[in-house]
Amino acid sequence: MGQPLLRLKGLTKTYPGVVANSDISFDLNQNEIHALLGENGAGKSTLVKIIYGLVRPDSGDMLLRGEPYEPDNPATARAAGVGMVFQHFSLFDALDVAENIALGMDSPPPMRELARSIREVSHEYGLPLDPTRLVGELSAGERQRVEIIRCLLQNPKLLIMDEPTSVLTPQEVEILFQTLRKLRDEGTSILYISHKLEEIRSLCEHATVLRLGKVVATCDPRQKSARELAEMMVGTTLQPPARSTIPEGQTVLELRDLSLKSENLFGTSLKNVSVSLRRGEILGIGGVAGNGQDELLAALSGEARSRRDSVILEGKPIGHLGPLARRRLGLLAAPEERLGHAAAPDMSLTENALLTGAVREKLVKGGFVDWSGARAFADRVIERFDVRTPGAHVAARALSGGNLQKFVIGREIMQRPGVLVVNQPTWGVDASAAAAIRQALIDLAENGAAVILISQDLDEILEIADSFAALNGGRLSNPRPVRGLTLEEIGLMLGGAHDMEVAHAST
Amino acid sequence: MLRLEKRPSPSTVWTIATPLLAVAFTMVAGGFLFAALGKDPFVAIKLIFFDPLFSEQYGAYSRPQLLIKAGPLILIAIGLSIGFRAGVWNIGAEGQYIVGALFGAGVALALFPTPGWYIFPLMIVAGALGGFLWAMIPAILKTRFNTNEILVSLLLVYVAEKLLAAMSLGLMRNPDIPGFPGSRNLRHYPSAHNAELIAGTGMHWGVAAAFIAVIFAYVLLHRHILGFQVQLAGQAPRAARFAGVAPAKLVVVCLGLSGALAGLAGMFEVSGPAGQVNIDFAVGYGFTAIIVAFLGRLHPVGIVLAGFLLALTFIGGELAQFILRLPSASIQVFQGMLLFFLLALDLLTNYRIRFSPAEAR
Amino acid sequence: MDLSSINPVVLAAALMVAATPILLAAIGELIVEKAGVLNLGVEGMMIVGAVLGFIVAVQSGNPYLGMVGAAVGGAGLGLLFALLTQVLLANQVASGLALTLFGLGFSALLGQGFVGISPPRTPKLNFGPLSEIPVLGPVLFSHDFMVYVSLAIVAAVWYFLRYTRAGMILRAVGENHDAAHALGYRVRRIRVLAIMFGGACAGMGGAYLSLIRVPQWTEGMTAGAGWIALALVVFASWRPWRVVLGAYLFGGIVVLQLNLQAAGFRIPVEYLSMSPYLITILVLVLISSGKARGSLNAPGSLNRSFHASG
Repeated sequence: MGQPLLRLKGLTKTYPGVVANSDISFDLNQNEIHALLGENGAGKSTLVKIIYGLVRPDSGDMLLRGEPYEPDNPATARAAGVGMVFQHFSLFDALDVAENIALGMDSPPPMRELARSIREVSHEYGLPLDPTRLVGELSAGERQRVEIIRCLLQNPKLLIMDEPTSVLTPQEVEILFQTLRKLRDEGTSILYISHKLEEIRSLCEHATVLRLGKVVATCDPRQKSARELAEMMVGTTLQPPARSTIPEGQTVLELRDLSLKSENLFGTSLKNVSVSLRRGEILGIGGVAGNGQDELLAALSGEARSRRDSVILEGKPIGHLGPLARRRLGLLAAPEERLGHAAAPDMSLTENALLTGAVREKLVKGGFVDWSGARAFADRVIERFDVRTPGAHVAARALSGGNLQKFVIGREIMQRPGVLVVNQPTWGVDASAAAAIRQALIDLAENGAAVILISQDLDEILEIADSFAALNGGRLSNPRPVRGLTLEEIGLMLGGAHDMEVAHAST
Repeated sequence: MLRLEKRPSPSTVWTIATPLLAVAFTMVAGGFLFAALGKDPFVAIKLIFFDPLFSEQYGAYSRPQLLIKAGPLILIAIGLSIGFRAGVWNIGAEGQYIVGALFGAGVALALFPTPGWYIFPLMIVAGALGGFLWAMIPAILKTRFNTNEILVSLLLVYVAEKLLAAMSLGLMRNPDIPGFPGSRNLRHYPSAHNAELIAGTGMHWGVAAAFIAVIFAYVLLHRHILGFQVQLAGQAPRAARFAGVAPAKLVVVCLGLSGALAGLAGMFEVSGPAGQVNIDFAVGYGFTAIIVAFLGRLHPVGIVLAGFLLALTFIGGELAQFILRLPSASIQVFQGMLLFFLLALDLLTNYRIRFSPAEAR
Repeated sequence: MDLSSINPVVLAAALMVAATPILLAAIGELIVEKAGVLNLGVEGMMIVGAVLGFIVAVQSGNPYLGMVGAAVGGAGLGLLFALLTQVLLANQVASGLALTLFGLGFSALLGQGFVGISPPRTPKLNFGPLSEIPVLGPVLFSHDFMVYVSLAIVAAVWYFLRYTRAGMILRAVGENHDAAHALGYRVRRIRVLAIMFGGACAGMGGAYLSLIRVPQWTEGMTAGAGWIALALVVFASWRPWRVVLGAYLFGGIVVLQLNLQAAGFRIPVEYLSMSPYLITILVLVLISSGKARGSLNAPGSLNRSFHASG
């Protein structure tokens, strides 16, 4: 087999308050596609930053082709033959493909030569690119190609890819996989970070699983089932869902053919989303970020108006109504971005309580604000949801992520919504706060409200949702009851192989 | 290595200290400026800041001037501050001031010489309306066509100045005094005259209006939902939309309000201290008010203090001009420096300066 | 009213002269905005350039030296703005205004002793027989050096942005400063340099007024030219050659209304002199009522403060 391409020995990195990586050791061989698996917070991104030279480890070594490897910045890493395609692209929309690639290279050749190389290499690897096109006009999949070609043109021996398929359609995923396999055969190894278990099983020969900063398992994913891999990541046997049957309550919310063009020039537009929701039901909508979650929340909260009858609440068309009117009718929402969207960072919790609570808690009388009422409301939220804070007078930005999230979700739950929509409610939140939030959502549903839970966290959806639908490229799959749903099936739904017409690459 | 670290919440200490420090720095820098101009810096600073208030010799004349100058500054700045908080940049207050004056004076001149209690109130309405309408131009252009309100409101200042000249030399010219520009002096029209309310203090209806505006702004910002929405829109636009604030409405309200207040200031000025519509009527209150608004941290009480401070520099500057023959432009420089220092020091309210060692290994 | 006194050839030549100050200021500001910064202090930099250029020219007796002085002065004032907004992270709008207010006062102060003086003459360039050609001669070949320099600067800016790596990096910074920073480019340094360039150009634009066009020094003589230059950049959709087009159109309006005034056109002078400003507003509306920012070609990072954390 020969020596490994990259050997990690005892890598450790600590930040104030958290051990990101603890004594990590594993080998990455030549001609191998190696998966790095783990939940949010498992330490994958820190590890990868160490390998790419963005972060220095506190202790431990790395050997690249048998030689000590200690990059102190990405340029050094690139010079040693390590390339990385990040999850969030560093691209310039107003510039063309060739210019974008040139900007990301350390010593780019003259433009004409570069354009030629781009054409050649991109075609050779099945990811064709026209160097003269503006990046802003490219689809998400094509934009990723730019990032990949940028790396490939520097002849890496090791290519790191961070969640590469989160923005790809099924066909693009297949094309990407062919490219990666070709690269592997030609001598470039790939370190593939993802949580899409089916993909890893079909692409990778070797997988290292991280949990809480440590390596907990290595295996050949082709020999394991998706469920086994999931259990390795999470560390426990997955419980069957807690909710037994789908409630038979009345239909309270209906989306009919909801189509919405994204406001964001490069966001994902919603296409013919249709689903109905009953009282007491928790609908889990899964999907990796960038598939229309923000747009769906905006369409439901009222920040984005749509066709009158595309959103129907208790039989009444409300697509044209704004956030205030919808709150009055009992439809509340909690967006993903805590600071800046759900809450104003520099304002106190009292003011943030007023932000959404004004209507339902009757905090505005004759145009004048009832500050003591707002304060009391904030205090109630803080108390009920165990928000750790010196008081309601503190600015939102001073709270920890978990506490602020408890406040933001708690604020909506305490307004007694008829329908509550939450987007990534436990993202970046510690385990106990997450558990509290999930329990609160279940309690809300038990009391007759309907909940739409938009989340990237499959376990969360399995734990508390009654039904599950996948949001993929702005389209929503048909909902399936969670009971009896397997992880494999979910993975497939998220990967797009569902019982709907597959979406096309460009909108 | 110096590093900037964002504070968890804005520092109250520095919010108050920054304007004070900025004034102190300006005094020092100003002192150097005056020395460079060949004047004794200490005498100059004393003339500008202390003598107008406390001097035996000049105080009696200067003190009333304080209210006369501070009134319009405060009135305009209050209106501007609400817009600035929301991120709506009305830079054309000078133009709205002029148009308000023209509307107000226009009503008076049209009704001259008929006496009547209703004339002055009518002028007030006209003045506010004039400023409001002039500000509606950038407002509508922004909400309907997404045109930058800074440029539009500013260009309209120049248009307003030309309009002022046109009126002074044409339509509003005093027919009784041919050959000279300028309208009738409203001092001679009692029903329209904005007279001193308390003799010797400089207090006229415009000053009273300024104080009323301060109270109104305070209540609006702290107690009214609109005030909350204004602040929210300026701080976190996405959260404002989430909360249900309609951005177009906010733009119209902010520009309309500041335009109306500026127009009022203009009207009070033309019917009071200035007396007539003339080519040199506009002295730049609309621009100085911007400095007052920032110096006062966009806060009603701060604006009162800042208004008095800047009025002081105007009057003191006149004194220094008279006694030391200090050029009048130096006061403008002084005021510009004040804004500079304030902006520079503002950093400290939101960021801490840290010395950190270079990364180990 | 005698319209026959208006000679179109003379008009065309005159409009180029009238356009040059704002052309210079605008092309400088274009670079600044392409880098992602909105500098409202253009008026301040122009007037300071006007007075400094004037003083240097008078004291040295050399108008070319005056231009250099104006450029240096404008760049210096730009540096002040850069310090406030890039290092001290101050609000760009307020800082630009502060710059203008300060500049207006400062220039008035400096120019105290120089009112009413005539600066050394800047000769028109001698193209020999070329300037004798009917129509083209007076229009293209009888100008002072700055008219040609301003066009050369526009050409240089166009080439720089389109074909050089540095220009590409500048555009990248203006488009997405976070991505540029992630790729390792020094966003702050690039912006400071861009701002200084903008200041130098604005300064020269101002000096053109005081040394060549008028030529005299008066307080506040720029009369809003800086603001018009800002509007011009928007009108030109941030494209260098369109700036020329816009500047010459504007110059045309200015000259035309002056001619109409002189010809005794019925409308009072004051209303006619409003027209450049009103037309600028109209143009702004037309341009901005277009679609999303993307099609407006505005740099993505314009007016958003950049703070490299950590």
